[in-house]
Amino acid sequence: MLLIPCPWCGERVEAEFRYGGEAHLKRPDNHLLCSDETWAEYLFMRRNPKGWHRERWMHLAGCKRWFYVVRHTQTHRIAAAYKVGEAWPALPA
Amino acid sequence: MRRYSFVQLLRNAIGLGDGWQQAWRSPEPKPAYDVVIVGGGGHGLATAYYLAKNHGVTNVAVLEKGWLGGGNTGRNTTVVRSNYLWDESAGIYEHSLKLWEGLTQELNFNLMFSQRGLVMLAHTEHELNEASRRVHANRLNGIDAEILSREQTLAFVPILNGSKDIRYPVMGSSVQKRAGIARHDAIAWGFARAADALGVDIIQNCEVTAIRRDGSRVVGLDTTRGSIDARKVGLVAAGHSSVLAALAGFRLPIESHPLQAMVSEPIKPVLDTVVMSGTVHVYVSQSDKGELVIGAGIDAYNSYAQRGSLPILEDIASAMIELFPIVSRLKVLRSWGGIVDICPDASPIIGKTPVEGLFINCGWGTGGFKATPGSGWVLADTIANDRPHPLAAPFSLERFTSGRLIDEHGAAAVAH
Repeated sequence: MLLIPCPWCGERVEAEFRYGGEAHLKRPDNHLLCSDETWAEYLFMRRNPKGWHRERWMHLAGCKRWFYVVRHTQTHRIAAAYKVGEAWPALPA
Repeated sequence: MRRYSFVQLLRNAIGLGDGWQQAWRSPEPKPAYDVVIVGGGGHGLATAYYLAKNHGVTNVAVLEKGWLGGGNTGRNTTVVRSNYLWDESAGIYEHSLKLWEGLTQELNFNLMFSQRGLVMLAHTEHELNEASRRVHANRLNGIDAEILSREQTLAFVPILNGSKDIRYPVMGSSVQKRAGIARHDAIAWGFARAADALGVDIIQNCEVTAIRRDGSRVVGLDTTRGSIDARKVGLVAAGHSSVLAALAGFRLPIESHPLQAMVSEPIKPVLDTVVMSGTVHVYVSQSDKGELVIGAGIDAYNSYAQRGSLPILEDIASAMIELFPIVSRLKVLRSWGGIVDICPDASPIIGKTPVEGLFINCGWGTGGFKATPGSGWVLADTIANDRPHPLAAPFSLERFTSGRLIDEHGAAAVAH
């Protein structure tokens, strides 16, 4: 079971959270005019790395706020959690 | 390849035979092949087998980073069925089911394929309507399917909880009687042995570290056992497809998640069919050893760890006890996880990639086992002829740009 450090509430068990997938996806500015390829890239294509992953979590059973976590997809180790709008912490080596 | 038979079994049992032969060779990789398949699970081995058998392409290698069938082929709950909603899905899954029906004889390997039927429970009015819609769609596609009333369902599966006081009482079900289960290792070993006999090199402990290109065309692979040239390459790596695609320089609409399963301690026969419930969310069958083989949903987060979290196992156990109160005292013998390649529309991706000569077969997510022979059949045809097999054409990577998705999420109840 993951222990997730909510930046607002502190460490809580995974069951209190909702996962939101890859973080920092940027919706195309001109989404009505952009190409199908650009739209597909935004909507469907994912990095899905075997390694460090920036991802979104929401503390459903707590503050109900979305935030970001840096987690390793093979070891499940969590290196950092940060609020929306904060500077991105660097990925561990 | 020496054929397995009752006579051979008898001769070896009483010491008159000369022992069992190795099922396949373990050759050193050659410097070059016509086709290299990356991934030695059921799908990859089936692709190699059908390349050799249907298309006469025998200068083929299958590269496996671990051991044969050690990934999802050996980690699933072995359900085989074809009662999917959409025409495209019905086409490929039914093709696969038909292959299963003759495969034990064809491969001369006992796949323990048991067409014991599969019951999909309905617990709400909505699910009854959906079941009815799906059964009609199945029949229009020539797939056997029936609706069972509440009473018929409880008679078909006597250990089901028939109480009307539970949160989701059983209201009826749909059943596909040609569905069933098979032996997971056997499908990998059977295809491996048959492909090897046709000249395919099966190379284990061989991880791909780079995909070499000449311009837009694939020309070979670097591996932990040396460099291998290839005219064509097929990527059949399930949960690791994104990693391989990244090596080749493109992205996939795939995310990798753990899918867990568990078995109970063995008990006497109590369940002679497969039962699935989308609402209470669990699916279960009983193995020949007597263990209840139980599975349900994925862990929500991306992972390559081949293990999942305890809350998911608790959910599975509570769903089992709700539907089958007689199992409440059973012990869980073991549980495990595999890494499944989840696609946004719960349908696979089969066909060409942005790199010329590089083909992909992935995105089967939580339900790829049943498709093993059909998937190999259509990918082999696609690779051999450099164009999508008609059954594979709707499942192109391009559909995520065109928007022509094949949405089997929910449409096929639990996606397994």
